[in-house]
Amino acid sequence: MIEATGLTKRYGATVAVDDLSFTVPPGQVTSFLGPNGAGKSTTMRLILGLDAPDSGSVTVGGRPYAACRRPLFQAGALLEAKAFHGGRSARNHLLCLALSNGINRARVDEVLDLVGLTGAARRRAGGFSLGMSQRLGIAAALLGDPPVLMLDEPVNGLDPEGVLWIRTLLRTLAAEGRTVLLSSHLMSEMAMTADRLVIIGRGRLIAQATMADLLAAGPGASVTVRSPQAGALTALLTARGATVSRQDGDTLAVTGTTPEEIGELARTSGLTLTGLAAHQATLEDRYMELTRDSADYRAVATRNGDRP
Amino acid sequence: MTTATTPSQPPAGLVPLFAGVLRSEARKLGTVRSTSWILLAAVAFNVVTAALLGLLLPGHLSAHQKATIDSVRVSLGGLHLSQIAVGLLGVLAVTSEYSSGMIRATLAAVPQRHLLLTAKTLVLTAVAAATGIAACLAAYLVFQAFLPASDAMRTTLADPGVLRAVTGAGLYLTVLALLSFGLGTIFRSSAGAVAVLFGVLFVPTLLTALLPSSWQDTIGPYLPMNAGDTIYTIRPQAHMLRPWAGFGVFCLYSAAALATGFVLIRRRDA
Repeated sequence: MIEATGLTKRYGATVAVDDLSFTVPPGQVTSFLGPNGAGKSTTMRLILGLDAPDSGSVTVGGRPYAACRRPLFQAGALLEAKAFHGGRSARNHLLCLALSNGINRARVDEVLDLVGLTGAARRRAGGFSLGMSQRLGIAAALLGDPPVLMLDEPVNGLDPEGVLWIRTLLRTLAAEGRTVLLSSHLMSEMAMTADRLVIIGRGRLIAQATMADLLAAGPGASVTVRSPQAGALTALLTARGATVSRQDGDTLAVTGTTPEEIGELARTSGLTLTGLAAHQATLEDRYMELTRDSADYRAVATRNGDRP
Repeated sequence: MTTATTPSQPPAGLVPLFAGVLRSEARKLGTVRSTSWILLAAVAFNVVTAALLGLLLPGHLSAHQKATIDSVRVSLGGLHLSQIAVGLLGVLAVTSEYSSGMIRATLAAVPQRHLLLTAKTLVLTAVAAATGIAACLAAYLVFQAFLPASDAMRTTLADPGVLRAVTGAGLYLTVLALLSFGLGTIFRSSAGAVAVLFGVLFVPTLLTALLPSSWQDTIGPYLPMNAGDTIYTIRPQAHMLRPWAGFGVFCLYSAAALATGFVLIRRRDA
């Protein structure tokens, strides 16, 4: 469990994190979503006590992270992929971190095996690809077998196989009852991995909800209907409170109802349907909608959002 | 991933926290290539210089010069080079964490920043003292070994001040490493810290040469390198500090840098 209350962090005149409060519950994968520069990494540094907030507080497992005596048992984090000395071997890098928390060598070999780096354990980590570096960072996060995991952009630079590996690993860790927080600006990836979302923009909280609630709370699913009697159908649907917009010719886009209701309505009214298709709202749609209100935020989103 | 239930407390029976952090820091210093190269260089500079001096000097000096020269200090002439190596060791012991980004993993594992810095300081002190004293002792012995049997510059470790000078030279290197380490902690960048280190060591001495000689005699003894030099001097110049007093002044410079580093590491964002 991670709980942030009123977190605020300024760097000079820039407000990186602005009165941010959110909760990351155990047993789920929570995605920390926002464009680059939204304050995700800063917030993670605040959680780990690497940076001190100007105001507000954040606890990991009920207490400030920096108050832990051997924090690797409390939380593991991957902040930057290449946060290691390139001259050390992967095993020595992990051993340096492990020894500081009293973790033994056997566990180091175990996490190396877990992330698939056993074969490269004695190579200089400086020669690792980005994907291997990410795996090394994840191995470090897992050293203390912690109940809380925080990963900053873990799928960056990974090949499709690596992305799938991380997704499966994180889902497994969450299923074991752990708190998993991962940040990303890749919405399609988060839609597949996360149960819960904490969306931030310009350091402010925009929304936090389960993926299901978030999608349901929007205009949600729309239905495309084709009928030769589009006009009559529009009148009937509107009378029932649905919102209808005419696309072209006899095609209608309907929200506020379901395909089942439309089909049943057509049958009882004796109308012909030549097409009926449901469209699930995507995370991307919801995200754009949620962030639409704030014009200056959108400007930032478009400026930064097209990075890989 | 070994268990379905997630431990939030470390298992019992672990080594004490500080012992673990010490072992971690010792391993960090021991597992980067620069450490062994620097230590090798420090020893080599001392020994090779001593060998060359022992070989060449006797034939070039008059009997009077041999009788008045501080031959122990001469045999430690390699210090001028090995102090550069040891300075680098001290700087890199902390700045390599910042340049690689490792510092964030380190501080996430050990959020007790003063504990971490204390462990780093102790490990560096042990390594620098062992290497420094060994290198200076080796230099002294090599120089003696190359001198002709009846040369006037011959001394033994039992002669007055000799053991103090030889081990003191090792201590000078140790304290220099700590001064560099303090500067590394303050500046967090290898280039910046090295530049300031050599600025602190050499520039004041050069600048005071421009001052009137009465000023030189007043300020000179307290400059970092002049004060540190006294510990391996057997025949001190009149206006310089006594050996341990001078070394004490040098230690104060080092302590000031370290103390500043300790204050800053807790105040600053990582």
